[in-house]
Amino acid sequence: MSSAPPTIGAIERLRRRAFRKPLDGLVTLCIAAFLALLAWQAIDWGILRAVWRAEDAALCRDADAGACWSIIDARHRLILFGLYPYEEHWRSTSAAVAIIATVILSCIPWFWSARRLITLWLAGFATYYLLMEGSPIGLEQVTTDKWGGLSLVLFLFSSVVLLGMPMGLGLALMRRSRLPVLRLVASLLIDFIRSLPLLTTLFTAAVVVPILLPDWLQGDKIWRIIIAFSLFFACYQAEVFRGGFQAIPNGQYEAGEALGFGKWQSLGLIILPQVFRHALPATINMVVVTFKETAVVIIIGLFDLLASAQAAFGTGDWVAYYMETYIFVALIYWAFITSLGRYGEFLKDRMKQDEH
Amino acid sequence: MLSWGDFRRMTASEIAVQVGLVAVVLVVALGAIRSAQVNLAALGITSGFSFLDRSTGWSYSFSLLERTIDDPYARTLLIGFLNTVFVGLTSIVFATILGFIIGTMRDSKNLGLQVASSIYVQVFRNIPLILQVVFLYALLIHFPGPRQAYSISDAVFMSNRGIMVPVLSLPLSVVAGLVLGSVLLGIGALRYSGSTTRALAIWLAGSIAIIVAAALLLTPDGQNLVSYPELKGLRFVGGLTLSVEVVAMIVGIVLYGAAYIGEVVRGGLAEVPRGLREAGVSLGMRPFAVWWTIRMPMALRSIIPPLGNQWIFIMKATTVGVAIGFSDLFYIVSTSITQSGQTLELIAILMGSFLLVNFALAQAINWLNARLALKGYGA
Repeated sequence: MSSAPPTIGAIERLRRRAFRKPLDGLVTLCIAAFLALLAWQAIDWGILRAVWRAEDAALCRDADAGACWSIIDARHRLILFGLYPYEEHWRSTSAAVAIIATVILSCIPWFWSARRLITLWLAGFATYYLLMEGSPIGLEQVTTDKWGGLSLVLFLFSSVVLLGMPMGLGLALMRRSRLPVLRLVASLLIDFIRSLPLLTTLFTAAVVVPILLPDWLQGDKIWRIIIAFSLFFACYQAEVFRGGFQAIPNGQYEAGEALGFGKWQSLGLIILPQVFRHALPATINMVVVTFKETAVVIIIGLFDLLASAQAAFGTGDWVAYYMETYIFVALIYWAFITSLGRYGEFLKDRMKQDEH
Repeated sequence: MLSWGDFRRMTASEIAVQVGLVAVVLVVALGAIRSAQVNLAALGITSGFSFLDRSTGWSYSFSLLERTIDDPYARTLLIGFLNTVFVGLTSIVFATILGFIIGTMRDSKNLGLQVASSIYVQVFRNIPLILQVVFLYALLIHFPGPRQAYSISDAVFMSNRGIMVPVLSLPLSVVAGLVLGSVLLGIGALRYSGSTTRALAIWLAGSIAIIVAAALLLTPDGQNLVSYPELKGLRFVGGLTLSVEVVAMIVGIVLYGAAYIGEVVRGGLAEVPRGLREAGVSLGMRPFAVWWTIRMPMALRSIIPPLGNQWIFIMKATTVGVAIGFSDLFYIVSTSITQSGQTLELIAILMGSFLLVNFALAQAINWLNARLALKGYGA
């Protein structure tokens, strides 16, 4: 029988982690001082000396004024909604809320079955589209070229994940198919797309596809970009699924045969549920990366959050307050990406515990 | 890959599926060619690569080579390609160094180092790269003008025109030769010296030696060994000017890439069994020696493959330069497309270049991986 290690108090723990040796203590203190200075500067500039309201914008020009949050107060609608018509902003807000709710709900274990997840995402997506577009449910029509800001980012993100996920699964199945032609086509496509930058793929969709397709097949630019982005997502996600497939022992396939299942039955009922489980951490990682990568669509000429932020400080009196605007947008991205990432880590820990 | 035997074992429906897929691919390809012909004819564009000899007539922000506004497309594209490779490789080197520092800090036992490095990773990894680059660029172009430039002991200047640093007065061709020589020396040292520590020492000493020798022997007559930036009127002369675009690109990509590489390094260090570290400590080794001769060599084997992915990611990430007007290959290609209309040819050049660069990088990583593999443990 082993005796439990002696318990140590909080102060002793801190001493051991931060001040084991004189040099350790010095390093810790220097870093603490540096971080404190940084934090103080940020608070002083961003809160204590800051100007908050749009009406007070004139105060921003004082020599000792800090951050000029007036620009956010005055122009947050432009940043969040882009060129969407002013009176209809409530629709853009509700649509964004619908997408956020969909993402949050799909984090709850009760929704983790293929049928529930698909229903949930289709419902969330349909709600978004109907609210934003408007014409099918009798609201004033707003065409896709007017969509912008945060709602557009959320729309791109959710449609890429929604379309890319089944495409990725299809590609993964093709890549491990018994049929050589399927395997070849999938491998070539996956390796090709993965060695090109996302921007190249999106740019091709925006600029080259119109040359390669007859007029009646082209559709709006936003849809071409979404399809290309989904293909990009699918090629990475296919490799994630492939990793999941590799984790399944052969016995599981044999179990399917022993039960008299056909190929597709055993795939759907035995193999895929386990593949999804194994692939979950890497999938969440992909989803987080995809959210971040949506920011490049500004280059293809979509009016995303970054573009609307640049428009917000692009005119007249606000030119000097680029920093406040960028920080505001960075905080929005940071909040979304950090919460998704945290959730991924929580899931990973949970799965590790389940294994024991 | 395809053998006749495979086909004989298939059922009719399996063969039908494959023939169907080939047919779909062919129809799509032929349809695309047909519409391209129709659409290009309507736009009055002759396809082919003869446009490469035409001169461009437009200018752009950054070039490593001599350039004029009358350069032909071929040379302009080459400059864009070199810019992409230059920014990519520079960022890879610095992001890797910074990433190893951050990863080691994350792994450290010291609370201060841990907290500082976690904050770094949380901030720089969770904001889109393009936003960070654009933000940095905005900060840099709001620096004071050359006359009020910030200076560090009158040798380094920072203004809204970029960062001016002192530089050896050597022609560009000599500099290129030096870089190549240093890289070859590094590879040779890694290959033949037997120990990584010795290889690094040889590489460092050798590189400094050839640089000093080149400076003493090859500096053009009548010039100082080192050229310092100096304010003459409204602008700086002498020294090396790193333009705002280059600085924003490299710093932005390095900070972002280092956050990812730091996580890779931390993961690698975490996989080294505790017992190995304890063995080192009980032999009386100093913490740095334990890290350098025991933990890092073991960790490298699990670090290199994901590190390679990060390198390829960084190479691809150079395309965000277009957002701040940095003339990387993507920028040059998209400008060429608007100017010349040769969309298909230019996109093919863009894709081909990235396939080439990433293939070369992947080969380099495989070489590193094979070199580091434990002897006697298979591939």
